[in-house]
Amino acid sequence: MFTRWQPFGDVRAEINRLQNEMQQLFGRTGNGAREFAGTSYPLLNMWEDENNYFVEAELPGFHLDDLEMYVTGENQLSIKGKRQQPELDQATWHRQERGYGSFARLVELPGFVDSNRVSAAFSDGVLTIKMPKKEEAKPRRIEVKTG
Amino acid sequence: MSSQLTKNAPKPEHTETSTAEHLRGGPLFSPRVDIWETKDELVLCADMPGVTAKNLDIQFENRELRIHGKVSPRQENINFLYGEYGIGDFYRTFQIGEAIDAEKISAELKDGVMTLHLPKTEAVKPRRIMVKSS
Repeated sequence: MFTRWQPFGDVRAEINRLQNEMQQLFGRTGNGAREFAGTSYPLLNMWEDENNYFVEAELPGFHLDDLEMYVTGENQLSIKGKRQQPELDQATWHRQERGYGSFARLVELPGFVDSNRVSAAFSDGVLTIKMPKKEEAKPRRIEVKTG
Repeated sequence: MSSQLTKNAPKPEHTETSTAEHLRGGPLFSPRVDIWETKDELVLCADMPGVTAKNLDIQFENRELRIHGKVSPRQENINFLYGEYGIGDFYRTFQIGEAIDAEKISAELKDGVMTLHLPKTEAVKPRRIMVKSS
Protein backbone atom coordinates (compact mmCIF):
# COMPACT_ATOMS: atom_id res chain seq x y z
CA MET A 1 0.00 0.00 0.00
CA PHE A 2 1.03 3.51 -0.66
CA THR A 3 2.25 5.19 2.48
CA ARG A 4 3.40 8.72 2.99
CA TRP A 5 6.37 9.79 4.93
CA GLN A 6 5.60 12.53 7.38
CA PRO A 7 8.17 14.55 9.24
CA PHE A 8 7.84 13.50 12.87
CA GLY A 9 4.55 11.80 12.21
CA ASP A 10 1.14 13.12 11.39
CA VAL A 11 0.26 14.05 14.94
CA ARG A 12 3.17 16.39 15.37
CA ALA A 13 2.52 18.07 12.05
CA GLU A 14 -1.17 18.44 12.88
CA ILE A 15 -0.34 19.96 16.24
CA ASN A 16 2.00 22.42 14.59
CA ARG A 17 -0.67 23.46 12.16
CA LEU A 18 -3.19 23.73 14.94
CA GLN A 19 -0.86 25.79 17.10
CA ASN A 20 -0.22 28.12 14.27
CA GLU A 21 -3.94 28.48 13.66
CA MET A 22 -4.50 29.22 17.34
CA GLN A 23 -1.79 31.82 17.31
CA GLN A 24 -3.33 33.34 14.27
CA LEU A 25 -6.70 33.47 15.99
CA PHE A 26 -5.34 35.19 19.05
CA GLY A 27 -3.09 37.44 17.05
CA ARG A 28 -6.04 38.64 15.05
CA THR A 29 -6.13 42.33 14.49
CA GLY A 30 -8.95 44.79 14.72
CA ASN A 31 -10.19 44.65 11.17
CA GLY A 32 -10.74 40.91 11.30
CA ALA A 33 -7.95 40.07 8.89
CA ARG A 34 -5.16 37.92 10.13
CA GLU A 35 -1.67 39.17 9.99
CA PHE A 36 1.47 37.13 9.90
CA ALA A 37 3.07 38.99 12.80
CA GLY A 38 3.36 37.13 16.07
CA THR A 39 3.57 33.70 14.55
CA SER A 40 6.28 31.63 13.02
CA TYR A 41 5.45 32.22 9.45
CA PRO A 42 6.00 30.57 7.15
CA LEU A 43 6.29 27.10 8.57
CA LEU A 44 9.40 25.39 7.28
CA ASN A 45 10.52 21.89 6.53
CA MET A 46 14.24 21.31 6.27
CA TRP A 47 16.15 18.35 4.99
CA GLU A 48 19.56 17.53 3.62
CA ASP A 49 21.35 15.28 1.25
CA GLU A 50 25.06 14.70 1.02
CA ASN A 51 25.79 18.01 -0.72
CA ASN A 52 22.90 20.35 0.07
CA TYR A 53 20.51 21.66 2.65
CA PHE A 54 16.95 22.20 1.49
CA VAL A 55 14.30 24.41 3.02
CA GLU A 56 10.69 24.31 1.89
CA ALA A 57 7.87 26.68 2.74
CA GLU A 58 4.26 26.96 1.65
CA LEU A 59 3.64 30.49 0.42
CA PRO A 60 0.42 30.46 -1.58
CA GLY A 61 -0.43 33.67 -3.37
CA PHE A 62 3.07 35.07 -3.15
CA HIS A 63 5.21 35.92 -6.15
CA LEU A 64 8.96 35.56 -6.32
CA ASP A 65 9.14 39.36 -6.59
CA ASP A 66 7.47 39.66 -3.19
CA LEU A 67 10.01 37.40 -1.52
CA GLU A 68 13.48 38.27 -0.31
CA MET A 69 15.89 35.58 0.70
CA TYR A 70 19.33 36.03 2.16
CA VAL A 71 21.99 33.78 3.53
CA THR A 72 24.02 35.66 6.10
CA GLY A 73 27.02 34.56 8.12
CA GLU A 74 27.04 31.44 5.93
CA ASN A 75 24.66 29.63 8.24
CA GLN A 76 21.59 31.82 8.62
CA LEU A 77 18.76 31.93 6.19
CA SER A 78 16.34 34.81 6.24
CA ILE A 79 13.08 34.91 4.28
CA LYS A 80 10.93 38.00 4.00
CA GLY A 81 7.77 38.53 2.08
CA LYS A 82 4.49 40.29 1.73
CA ARG A 83 1.01 39.31 0.63
CA GLN A 84 -1.62 41.82 -0.32
CA GLN A 85 -5.18 41.60 0.83
CA PRO A 86 -7.74 41.76 -1.97
CA GLU A 87 -9.47 45.10 -1.98
CA LEU A 88 -13.17 44.69 -2.07
CA ASP A 89 -15.60 47.20 -3.33
CA GLN A 90 -19.28 46.78 -2.57
CA ALA A 91 -18.83 43.31 -1.15
CA THR A 92 -19.64 41.51 2.08
CA TRP A 93 -17.22 39.19 3.83
CA HIS A 94 -18.44 35.75 4.81
CA ARG A 95 -15.10 34.23 5.77
CA GLN A 96 -11.74 35.81 6.29
CA GLU A 97 -9.23 33.21 7.31
CA ARG A 98 -6.25 33.81 5.07
CA GLY A 99 -3.38 35.87 6.41
CA TYR A 100 -2.07 39.07 4.90
CA GLY A 101 0.73 41.44 5.48
CA SER A 102 4.47 41.10 5.89
CA PHE A 103 6.51 38.38 7.48
CA ALA A 104 10.17 37.83 8.20
CA ARG A 105 11.75 34.69 9.45
CA LEU A 106 15.33 33.87 10.29
CA VAL A 107 16.53 30.32 10.76
CA GLU A 108 19.88 28.92 11.62
CA LEU A 109 21.21 26.22 9.35
CA PRO A 110 22.92 23.17 10.79
CA GLY A 111 26.10 23.86 8.83
CA PHE A 112 27.86 26.33 6.59
CA VAL A 113 26.63 26.86 3.04
CA ASP A 114 28.06 28.46 -0.05
CA SER A 115 25.93 31.59 -0.19
CA ASN A 116 26.91 32.33 -3.80
CA ARG A 117 25.37 29.13 -5.08
CA VAL A 118 22.04 29.23 -3.25
CA SER A 119 19.09 28.73 -5.57
CA ALA A 120 15.34 28.87 -5.13
CA ALA A 121 12.40 27.43 -7.02
CA PHE A 122 8.81 28.49 -6.61
CA SER A 123 5.90 26.57 -8.03
CA ASP A 124 2.22 26.31 -7.10
CA GLY A 125 2.84 28.35 -3.98
CA VAL A 126 5.63 26.12 -2.68
CA LEU A 127 9.07 27.63 -2.24
CA THR A 128 12.11 25.35 -2.20
CA ILE A 129 15.53 26.75 -1.40
CA LYS A 130 18.61 24.70 -2.18
CA MET A 131 21.81 25.60 -0.37
CA PRO A 132 25.00 23.77 -1.30
CA LYS A 133 27.02 22.76 1.74
CA LYS A 134 30.52 24.04 2.21
CA GLU A 135 33.17 21.37 2.13
CA GLU A 136 33.57 21.41 5.91
CA ALA A 137 29.86 20.71 6.44
CA LYS A 138 29.87 17.59 4.31
CA PRO A 139 30.11 14.22 5.97
CA ARG A 140 33.56 12.80 5.76
CA ARG A 141 34.44 9.20 5.77
CA ILE A 142 37.19 8.46 8.18
CA GLU A 143 39.55 5.84 7.02
CA VAL A 144 40.62 3.46 9.67
CA LYS A 145 44.04 2.09 9.05
CA THR A 146 44.84 -1.28 10.23
CA GLY A 147 48.26 -1.38 11.68
CA MET B 1 -32.23 37.57 1.47
CA SER B 2 -29.41 36.13 3.48
CA SER B 3 -26.70 33.72 2.60
CA GLN B 4 -25.61 30.88 4.75
CA LEU B 5 -22.28 29.20 4.58
CA THR B 6 -21.74 26.35 6.91
CA LYS B 7 -18.32 24.93 7.33
CA ASN B 8 -17.85 21.23 7.75
CA ALA B 9 -14.54 20.33 9.27
CA PRO B 10 -12.88 17.56 7.30
CA LYS B 11 -13.38 14.16 8.81
CA PRO B 12 -11.33 11.51 7.07
CA GLU B 13 -13.12 8.72 8.88
CA HIS B 14 -16.48 10.24 8.18
CA THR B 15 -18.66 8.41 5.68
CA GLU B 16 -21.47 9.85 3.68
CA THR B 17 -23.66 8.04 1.24
CA SER B 18 -23.44 10.60 -1.50
CA THR B 19 -19.84 11.62 -1.03
CA ALA B 20 -16.74 9.97 -2.30
CA GLU B 21 -14.82 8.67 0.64
CA HIS B 22 -11.26 9.48 1.28
CA LEU B 23 -9.36 6.31 0.55
CA ARG B 24 -5.85 7.59 0.12
CA GLY B 25 -3.64 7.49 3.16
CA GLY B 26 -2.07 10.54 4.66
CA PRO B 27 -3.39 13.59 6.41
CA LEU B 28 -6.18 15.79 5.17
CA PHE B 29 -6.02 19.52 5.72
CA SER B 30 -8.73 22.09 5.69
CA PRO B 31 -7.62 24.97 3.47
CA ARG B 32 -7.98 28.51 4.78
CA VAL B 33 -10.50 30.46 2.79
CA ASP B 34 -11.74 33.97 2.19
CA ILE B 35 -15.31 34.22 0.99
CA TRP B 36 -17.04 37.37 -0.06
CA GLU B 37 -20.25 38.22 -1.75
CA THR B 38 -20.99 40.87 -4.31
CA LYS B 39 -24.34 41.60 -5.87
CA ASP B 40 -23.64 39.16 -8.71
CA GLU B 41 -21.64 36.36 -7.17
CA LEU B 42 -19.97 34.65 -4.28
CA VAL B 43 -16.20 34.46 -4.51
CA LEU B 44 -14.19 31.88 -2.63
CA CYS B 45 -10.42 32.09 -2.35
CA ALA B 46 -8.56 29.13 -0.85
CA ASP B 47 -4.90 28.64 -0.02
CA MET B 48 -3.93 25.30 -1.48
CA PRO B 49 -0.15 25.25 -1.87
CA GLY B 50 1.19 22.41 -3.97
CA VAL B 51 -2.11 21.77 -5.74
CA THR B 52 -2.11 21.84 -9.54
CA ALA B 53 -5.17 22.31 -11.75
CA LYS B 54 -4.97 18.65 -12.74
CA ASN B 55 -5.24 17.56 -9.10
CA LEU B 56 -8.03 19.87 -8.07
CA ASP B 57 -11.55 18.51 -7.94
CA ILE B 58 -14.47 20.85 -7.32
CA GLN B 59 -18.05 19.65 -7.17
CA PHE B 60 -21.25 21.49 -6.61
CA GLU B 61 -24.33 19.43 -5.98
CA ASN B 62 -27.50 20.03 -3.99
CA ARG B 63 -26.11 23.28 -2.68
CA GLU B 64 -23.05 21.52 -1.37
CA LEU B 65 -19.71 22.73 -2.60
CA ARG B 66 -16.90 20.22 -2.26
CA ILE B 67 -13.27 21.13 -2.83
CA HIS B 68 -10.59 18.50 -2.92
CA GLY B 69 -6.99 19.24 -3.88
CA LYS B 70 -4.70 16.26 -4.06
CA VAL B 71 -1.13 16.79 -2.99
CA SER B 72 1.43 14.09 -3.53
CA PRO B 73 4.44 13.83 -1.26
CA ARG B 74 7.09 16.14 -2.58
CA GLN B 75 10.02 14.37 -0.99
CA GLU B 76 10.52 10.78 -0.21
CA ASN B 77 13.25 8.84 1.51
CA ILE B 78 15.02 11.89 2.72
CA ASN B 79 16.69 13.03 5.90
CA PHE B 80 14.44 15.59 7.54
CA LEU B 81 16.34 17.92 9.83
CA TYR B 82 13.10 19.37 11.05
CA GLY B 83 9.53 19.48 9.96
CA GLU B 84 6.99 22.09 10.97
CA TYR B 85 4.16 21.15 8.68
CA GLY B 86 2.74 18.05 7.13
CA ILE B 87 1.92 17.54 3.50
CA GLY B 88 -1.40 16.13 2.46
CA ASP B 89 -4.60 16.71 0.56
CA PHE B 90 -6.78 19.75 1.06
CA TYR B 91 -10.46 19.09 1.54
CA ARG B 92 -13.39 21.21 2.60
CA THR B 93 -17.11 21.37 1.99
CA PHE B 94 -19.57 24.23 2.26
CA GLN B 95 -23.32 24.47 2.25
CA ILE B 96 -24.27 27.36 0.05
CA GLY B 97 -27.56 28.91 1.03
CA GLU B 98 -27.62 31.29 -1.88
CA ALA B 99 -29.09 30.17 -5.20
CA ILE B 100 -26.13 29.60 -7.48
CA ASP B 101 -26.11 29.20 -11.22
CA ALA B 102 -24.19 25.91 -11.28
CA GLU B 103 -23.59 26.11 -15.04
CA LYS B 104 -21.61 29.30 -14.69
CA ILE B 105 -19.31 28.36 -11.82
CA SER B 106 -15.71 28.97 -12.78
CA ALA B 107 -12.41 28.43 -11.00
CA GLU B 108 -8.84 29.42 -11.49
CA LEU B 109 -5.70 28.32 -9.73
CA LYS B 110 -2.63 30.48 -9.48
CA ASP B 111 0.43 30.15 -7.28
CA GLY B 112 -1.35 27.75 -4.96
CA VAL B 113 -4.44 29.92 -4.53
CA MET B 114 -7.76 28.80 -5.93
CA THR B 115 -10.34 31.45 -6.80
CA LEU B 116 -13.83 30.16 -7.33
CA HIS B 117 -16.60 32.30 -8.78
CA LEU B 118 -20.14 31.25 -7.92
CA PRO B 119 -22.53 33.46 -9.88
CA LYS B 120 -25.97 33.96 -8.39
CA THR B 121 -28.99 32.98 -10.37
CA GLU B 122 -30.87 35.84 -11.97
CA ALA B 123 -33.80 35.36 -9.61
CA VAL B 124 -31.88 36.22 -6.46
CA LYS B 125 -29.95 39.20 -7.75
CA PRO B 126 -31.10 42.44 -6.23
CA ARG B 127 -33.23 44.26 -8.67
CA ARG B 128 -34.07 47.88 -8.78
CA ILE B 129 -37.75 48.44 -9.11
CA MET B 130 -38.58 51.19 -11.43
CA VAL B 131 -41.32 53.43 -10.24
CA LYS B 132 -43.36 54.89 -12.95
CA SER B 133 -44.89 58.22 -12.48
CA SER B 134 -48.40 58.39 -13.70
